[in-house]
Amino acid sequence: MREQILTFLEKNSKIDLHELAIMLGSSEAVIANEVAKMEEEQVICGYHTLIDWEKTSSEKITALIEVRVTPQRGQGFDSIAERIYNYPEVQSLYLISGAYDLLVILQGKTLREVSSFVSDKLSTLDSVLSTATHFILKKYKDYGTILGTKAKDERMLVTP
Amino acid sequence: MRNPLSDKVVTIKPSGIRKFFDIASEMKDVISLGVGEPDFDTPWHVRDEGIYSLEKGRTFYTSNSGLKELREEISHYLRRRYQLQYDPLHEILVTVGGSEGIDIALRAMLNPGDEVLIPEPCYVSYLPCVVLADGVPVTIELKEENEFRLTKEELLEKITDKTKILVLPFPNNPTGAVLRREDLEAIAEVVIEHDLFVLSDEIYSELTYGEDHVSIASLPGMWERTLTINGFSKSYAMTGWRLGYICGPKEIVEQMTKIHQFAIMCAPTTAQYAAVEALRNGDDDVAMMREAYNQRRRFLMHEFARMGLKCFEPFGAFYVFPSIKEFGLSSDEFAMRLLEEEHVAVVPGTAFGECGEGFLRISYAYSIDALKAALARMERFINRLRARD
Repeated sequence: MREQILTFLEKNSKIDLHELAIMLGSSEAVIANEVAKMEEEQVICGYHTLIDWEKTSSEKITALIEVRVTPQRGQGFDSIAERIYNYPEVQSLYLISGAYDLLVILQGKTLREVSSFVSDKLSTLDSVLSTATHFILKKYKDYGTILGTKAKDERMLVTP
Repeated sequence: MRNPLSDKVVTIKPSGIRKFFDIASEMKDVISLGVGEPDFDTPWHVRDEGIYSLEKGRTFYTSNSGLKELREEISHYLRRRYQLQYDPLHEILVTVGGSEGIDIALRAMLNPGDEVLIPEPCYVSYLPCVVLADGVPVTIELKEENEFRLTKEELLEKITDKTKILVLPFPNNPTGAVLRREDLEAIAEVVIEHDLFVLSDEIYSELTYGEDHVSIASLPGMWERTLTINGFSKSYAMTGWRLGYICGPKEIVEQMTKIHQFAIMCAPTTAQYAAVEALRNGDDDVAMMREAYNQRRRFLMHEFARMGLKCFEPFGAFYVFPSIKEFGLSSDEFAMRLLEEEHVAVVPGTAFGECGEGFLRISYAYSIDALKAALARMERFINRLRARD
């Protein structure tokens, strides 16, 4: 049941719980209770909106920054990760296997803002060995949703 | 000039669905619940395999019976899903959709005057295909109180010494009815006793929402007297690829292969390569779509109950078949007025046989949002009809 609820909420956090209960063959009280529990347990960590900022007048720039670091004794990567994710401009931070260690997804208003974050804040951290910054030019698909297109039903209207 | 036409063909009525299609196509803001095919796109990995086969230049004919690779996958699939044993070399024929299977099976098996039992309401092809094959269609009216299941008694009543084939279209289009194992066992007993054959159209076999589908050919004594039709259209959302298959004893498949060979040559090659991928790696897609249909089914049943529209709960395919008898309109009138007044297209039950009178076929191969919008209009229409009384 939890998995089914989550599958729905992940795609549509605005879904009406009454409706969801009907579709899952359950009752609204049961669903609401389960959702509350998952919020409490931090299985559900938040409800966000997927926005195509390209279509607005506000300027946003997103960068992916690969960071190589020296892990610290007794703490591994956690302590350096914490120092990085506490910056509000950091959208996401992942520990990565392979050629580098941390992937920072950064959102800024301008190119200058992003580059100054990298040069002034990120690179100057003691355990940071190197960084490589990639700017996102266009988002085609985000969180499983293809941006900018609305699917049209092209089937014939009536078929046997 | 001489009459250019065949008398036999001229007697066949065109499908009753056509009329609604023509009117609906002229309207701008129609919401349709009249479509008999999945709203999902074919899973991408399956489409990709079709594209790849084109890139590789696999644009030749395949063998008449279909790619050997595909027949082997079909054989595995039928064994693992429905405990059916078919030899890919002699007992499986890949066809152009399930519909070709219906046609060639009847043509391969019927002699003039042989009777074919067709439970109605049912898909529109069986009856005309029987006529075209010089058989005599004998319909069996299924009843709402039996949830549109075929009972032993109904079957016995229509059997004569000319009866040769029973068409068994379950899970059913348009009613959504399914047959359980015990229903099939009772039918099998009669079939064996009267030495009949069964043409079992199981195109919706993956779309059941209670117990798993049971293939009648898997029951004792039934394999040798059953042709099993299935395909990719409904389970893998591949209607436009036109690909199905028919399986049965070698002696019948051989004869069907001759008709297929001379009339069709082979099923589309691109579709066959894509279908191999669907059978190998498509289980998750099927499960995902089944779950989505089931959710919409529950939603529709709940909404009909709320609107006070009488409807038995169907456990298969993607149709519900509510009764509109309370309104005193024929199915045709109801559907036509619903289309004209609220621009919602549904199919009158009578398009699937006379005993569909008093019912509508409503498809839930639509997103929940589309269903909601259509139901809001339908409710407005129903309330108007009720207020009038």
